[in-house]
Amino acid sequence: MDESLRELYQEIILDHSRHPRHFGALATASHVAEGYNPLCGDRVKVYLKVDEDGRIADVSFEGRGCAISVASASLMTEMLKGRKIDDAEALMGGFLRMVKGEDAGGLEGDDRERLEVMAGVSAFPMRVKCATLAWHAMKAALVNEGQARTE
Amino acid sequence: MNAEPQMKNRSYDVAALRRDFPILAREVHGKPLVYLDNAASAQKPKPVLDAMMAFVTSEYANVHRGVHYLSGAATERYEEARWCVRRFLNAAHEEEIIFTKGGTEAINLVAASYLGPRIEPGDEIVLSVMEHHSNIVPWHFLRERQGAVLKWVDVSNGGELDPADVARAITEKTKLVAISHMSNVLGTKTDLHEIVRLAHAKGVPVLADGCQGAVHGTVDVQELDVDFYAVTGHKLYGPTGIGALYAKRAHLKTMRPYQGGGEMIREVTRANVTYADAPMRFEAGTPPIVQAVGLAVALDYLDSVGRERIAAHEMELARAATRRLKEMNGISIIGEAKDKGPIVSFEAIGIHAHDLATILDREGVAVRGGHHCAQPLMERFNVAGTARASFGLYNTMEEVDALIAAVGEARKVFG
Repeated sequence: MDESLRELYQEIILDHSRHPRHFGALATASHVAEGYNPLCGDRVKVYLKVDEDGRIADVSFEGRGCAISVASASLMTEMLKGRKIDDAEALMGGFLRMVKGEDAGGLEGDDRERLEVMAGVSAFPMRVKCATLAWHAMKAALVNEGQARTE
Repeated sequence: MNAEPQMKNRSYDVAALRRDFPILAREVHGKPLVYLDNAASAQKPKPVLDAMMAFVTSEYANVHRGVHYLSGAATERYEEARWCVRRFLNAAHEEEIIFTKGGTEAINLVAASYLGPRIEPGDEIVLSVMEHHSNIVPWHFLRERQGAVLKWVDVSNGGELDPADVARAITEKTKLVAISHMSNVLGTKTDLHEIVRLAHAKGVPVLADGCQGAVHGTVDVQELDVDFYAVTGHKLYGPTGIGALYAKRAHLKTMRPYQGGGEMIREVTRANVTYADAPMRFEAGTPPIVQAVGLAVALDYLDSVGRERIAAHEMELARAATRRLKEMNGISIIGEAKDKGPIVSFEAIGIHAHDLATILDREGVAVRGGHHCAQPLMERFNVAGTARASFGLYNTMEEVDALIAAVGEARKVFG
């Protein structure tokens, strides 16, 4: 099989897509937003609970989509839980640059290593939107915009 | 080796036809291109490309307004193209063929010029759940702006549309039935003749979206007795930027102008304007002249190969693909109407259509994955999207093999 395909659909991504972490609605959410990709009709809803000292106490998502979008959303919830909002925003910025094949400044050490499984998507320009959908929704949730679209 | 029965269509020389399509010789990701996205757009044969090039290099000028030589020559070619479309659809009169920029504009033209002025709040438009967005959204405009009511006719689980269900949806408030001649997702060929008969019995006109239907087999708008028939050039192996609306002569005089501008007028004064007769009345501005020349050659090309022979060849491939996909584990076919065109939508259990399309693409196999601009149909079948292989006149049984092998690869990736 094609090397870039192997990179895109590596085991950890398939695992996240088959067994998404933090999947489902979050009753105690303080922020909610929906992401929609009108190109493919994929939809994702993200929930997060931010506590008084600006820390993401809990996070979840629901929706349906391709392996890339589900895995990316699942990985995102793992990465964001417990983080301070400032720190989360820097991480999200770095991730969004990385999947577009740009310099992933802002991603350091362990964070970079864990997110790098998604870097293969940059070789598939038609699929970058799949990887970023939940992340854009999360950014919208943090500023209480409620809606995010990728197209 | 595949185990398909030998081609029955023996005189159909697909290898020779493929040589007419330069793009088919290219590779994608290092693999031979297997182009199975014909329902989205077909590739262009060399005679079409050559004719457009020859026209712009030796005969080009604007149409209908100049008195100089080239303007006359270009006008002649443009009107010849109209004649070709008339013959292709077997319309009775040239003026019944209105050039548009595609199928979408053809339907929008009917919504704006024919139906819009007739709609009172509460009036109904009957359409099927398998329509393409281009045969939905123009009617939504009339719902939003004028209070029209959309009445949806369901299809069976196999994707069949029962003309009796269409007839049952018609009430005294129905102003139009808008139905696809062939579904771009399910491949279902609708019984347009019967739908028109039943609708006319209740005094309701019928618009058919022929963007797929006109590509696979012959169309006779007089025999169908359909009121409006929309086609697009680029799916007919012609260029983009051109399509046509067939509108029955009886309706033409009752339709108000579409866009305003040059070419569509009789006289313009500071106080008033009067309009040209059809078809010019509906063709404001400089039309797609070069594209019309290309489209005419594309239609000739289809007729010289033989439209029924093409359809027979395509269906042989589609049936083989359907059968072999069904033999694989975890593949379900969406759309198994008895009478259908060479469009095969399928779902691989546990593999999203976009993941499938990405993996197929790396094998050189171009299919469409997604909702195919038919979201109400996706909702009806409760799927986010499907993968769709659609066959054209130049596809081969070896390409069916490549499709099946690539789907097998995807199965391996996803386990």
